[in-house]
Amino acid sequence: MAQHQITLTINGTERSLALDDPRVTLLDALRQHLDMTGTKKGCDHGQCGACTVMANGRRINSCLSLAVMHDGDTITTVEGLGEPENLSPLQAAFLHHDGFQCGYCTPGQLVSATAMIEEIKQNWPSVVSGDLEKVSLSDDEIRERMSGNLCRCAAYANIVDAIREAAKAEGVA
Amino acid sequence: MMDDMDLSLHHKMEEKDERNQLDQTAQDVLSKPLDRPEGPLKVTGRATYADEEHPEGTAHGVFVRSTVAHGWVTGMNTAALRKMPGVLAVVRDAKMLRNPAQGTAGEAPVQNPNEIFYVGQPIALVVAETLEQARHAALAARPKYEAKDGEFEVPLEDYETPPKKQSSEGDLDSAMGQAAHSVDSIYTTPAMGHAMMEPHAAVAQWDGGKLTIRASCQMLKYNVAELADSLGVKAKNVRILSPYVGGGFGGKLGISHEAVAAALAARKLKRPVSVALHRRNVFEATTRRSETRQRLRLCCDDQGHLTGFGHEAWVSSLHGESFSEPVTQASSFTYAGDNRVIGHHIARLNITCAGSMRAPGEAVGVPIVECAMDELAEKAGIDPVDFRLRNIPEKDPSTGKPYSSNRLADCLTEGAKAFGWEKRGEVAHQREGEWLIGLGVASAVRVNMLMNSEATITLDPDGHAVVETDMTDIGTGSYAILTQLAAEMLGLPMDRVKTVLGDSDLPPSSGSGGSFGAASAGSSVMLAARALREKIAERLGVEEKDVTLKDGNAISGNKVTPLTEILAGERLKAKGEIEPGATGDDVRQATWGAQFAEVAVSAITGEVRVRRLDATFACGRILNPKTARSQCIGGMVFGLGSALTEELSYDLRNGRLMTRDLADYHIPSNLDVPPMNVTFLEDRDPYANPMQAKGIGELACCGTAGAILNAIHNATGIRVRDFPATPDKVIEAIEAAQGQG
Repeated sequence: MAQHQITLTINGTERSLALDDPRVTLLDALRQHLDMTGTKKGCDHGQCGACTVMANGRRINSCLSLAVMHDGDTITTVEGLGEPENLSPLQAAFLHHDGFQCGYCTPGQLVSATAMIEEIKQNWPSVVSGDLEKVSLSDDEIRERMSGNLCRCAAYANIVDAIREAAKAEGVA
Repeated sequence: MMDDMDLSLHHKMEEKDERNQLDQTAQDVLSKPLDRPEGPLKVTGRATYADEEHPEGTAHGVFVRSTVAHGWVTGMNTAALRKMPGVLAVVRDAKMLRNPAQGTAGEAPVQNPNEIFYVGQPIALVVAETLEQARHAALAARPKYEAKDGEFEVPLEDYETPPKKQSSEGDLDSAMGQAAHSVDSIYTTPAMGHAMMEPHAAVAQWDGGKLTIRASCQMLKYNVAELADSLGVKAKNVRILSPYVGGGFGGKLGISHEAVAAALAARKLKRPVSVALHRRNVFEATTRRSETRQRLRLCCDDQGHLTGFGHEAWVSSLHGESFSEPVTQASSFTYAGDNRVIGHHIARLNITCAGSMRAPGEAVGVPIVECAMDELAEKAGIDPVDFRLRNIPEKDPSTGKPYSSNRLADCLTEGAKAFGWEKRGEVAHQREGEWLIGLGVASAVRVNMLMNSEATITLDPDGHAVVETDMTDIGTGSYAILTQLAAEMLGLPMDRVKTVLGDSDLPPSSGSGGSFGAASAGSSVMLAARALREKIAERLGVEEKDVTLKDGNAISGNKVTPLTEILAGERLKAKGEIEPGATGDDVRQATWGAQFAEVAVSAITGEVRVRRLDATFACGRILNPKTARSQCIGGMVFGLGSALTEELSYDLRNGRLMTRDLADYHIPSNLDVPPMNVTFLEDRDPYANPMQAKGIGELACCGTAGAILNAIHNATGIRVRDFPATPDKVIEAIEAAQGQG
């Protein structure tokens, strides 16, 4: 098979990757080829959200996207949000509010929430938005916008608490 | 340096323990809402799960799944598959499993995948250099079958009726005939899936005759024995690593296909092999909760006192499996009634193997009992909370044994107050636009257990401690509570205690299952710490009970001695071991709760939205209120899913699972989940264990579905007796009721 040479900027670092198979998803490129296993595989079908990463600032299911489609893209994964000794405010809020149990969906929840707060800042409405001109961060907005990230341990209520706190600290209300 | 293991303390729970030692310790970290110590790793993606550490040269395996439900594999295009790019092997081995081992089996489950019992059964493992190549080749497999007719449903008369699983007292038939009020209802619940977020995975590597396998397992002590037996090797040559488990809920109790197949392939190829189940494999080929048919016969006198209690269940599993959903487990002891019948019937079907799933038995049995209790309360014209309060027995009505602790009445009374139960109106009384509003209640009950469990604590000369046990943390909070326990008992700040779990080379624990993990593993840690305390006290020349340990110091009389001084450069290591004893048989042990729901039901679409969930639980000493609450809200949402959305649907023509992924098997998502309140009653059960702590994680999912279904009735006047209460069933019942009206 032909070699596919791609370059990704992952969490601020440029990474070159030679793929001899175009079927490698962005998720498997991260997990299998770059040893970045923070991004999780829950369903491989775009149904659970555990594989959520940001591509050029926008959250996507990395299992539904082929790595070769992302040549030149900027990718943010959970490893890029913070470190164990230096958590992002949202990661710290997840820890404090116990917004996870088994922790497997957690990287996806965190990347998704990080991108979601930006969506609120940019005034993107959702199906539950009362006012399309000025979107506010109500609990229902958080729940609706985070419903693409399943959590079987069902830490949902704590996830909402964590996101609300972190967003408010950032001045998003 | 002293011998590493000079200290040990073994305790068998032969009698109640009212010392309540954990009420007398001074460090004040136990029972505090501390963050999980492993949390920073989980929120940064640094915690590594089963399929996340691949040794150099790891190959990838993907299963070929059976497309028929019953019969034999007679051949496969193996030679053609072997020629596909990157393919290293097509493993067809009689040691591969038919289905995963049942929880605590400790031996191989049924093997030989050539005989097919259900659609989706793994029949071969294709191993290739890359995942993409293995997947491609597995999909290109063309097995030949000698297919037989499968059984996907059977008439009631064809169910097995094991004599040991039937019981009766008095004469229920005549009690029903003579009663002032009675209910005789049939309910059904669907098969359900664990749907843990991390699919089963295993990475196997051999070093000579020794196997090391990273896998997602709940009970390592048993899993090692099951894996060794499946492979035909000695257990001492098998090591399982499961430091982080991405959820289990019972779905990872026993060793599963991927671990055995990965080990076989790795041995054959002499290189590491990773097998991660695809989500559809997980649903089709691991285990499920059985569907149930339940008949409830309840009757009472004109004062609302139960005179009869009958609960019969029909469930299913594969041929030869000993486990069958113990639907009536709590029915023998929850409510009064002199005339009783318990029935249990099993069908052998050609669908996914049935196994334990969060609160096996009670999770589907209790909601149905609670719905039937609601029906009878209504017939008797008595408030449902009051009706339950009238029927709480003094002692186990089936055996006459005393309860170790029965706080159901307290839970109902306190819970009703906290929820605002007095606002509940008459049936179909409250409407907001298209939404019909209703409130419902259900009791929650779950048996409480203790299992053998061992742990060690090593106390280093510098005053740091390491807790070690093969216990797992499947999200339950084991890392947190075991660290807190050791810190509390040894008087150390949290950051001076480290807990190492999930390695089968460590002392064998209960593992995670049956809500006995915290009680069992916790007790062993407590005992190991007590052994260390005894040694420390001995060196100070006092009794263990007379020494206070706090912040790295020992305080006795009015003298403060640093631990480092007492250790005097030595390292102490102690083993603690808990063993269940007579307190497990002499008294009826259970955990208790009352759950309340407020729902809104659309009179137009039949959609049910849960607006509020409240619960009050009595489940012993709470070791960490933060992680305990998380267990409870998680359990309540688990119950919400079973009430409204979750169903494994099999095509009855061919046995195919139609809801085999997360798009079709609907677990609750964030927007489905309402605000929730959880209250823990102060509780100490001296019969449970030396900590007076009990199970939590399963109790919380036992009452929720009953409360929701009863709230739907209060809102609309209809009874949905076929779970889950999906909009089609709800609107049909509403329209039928309107037609009658």
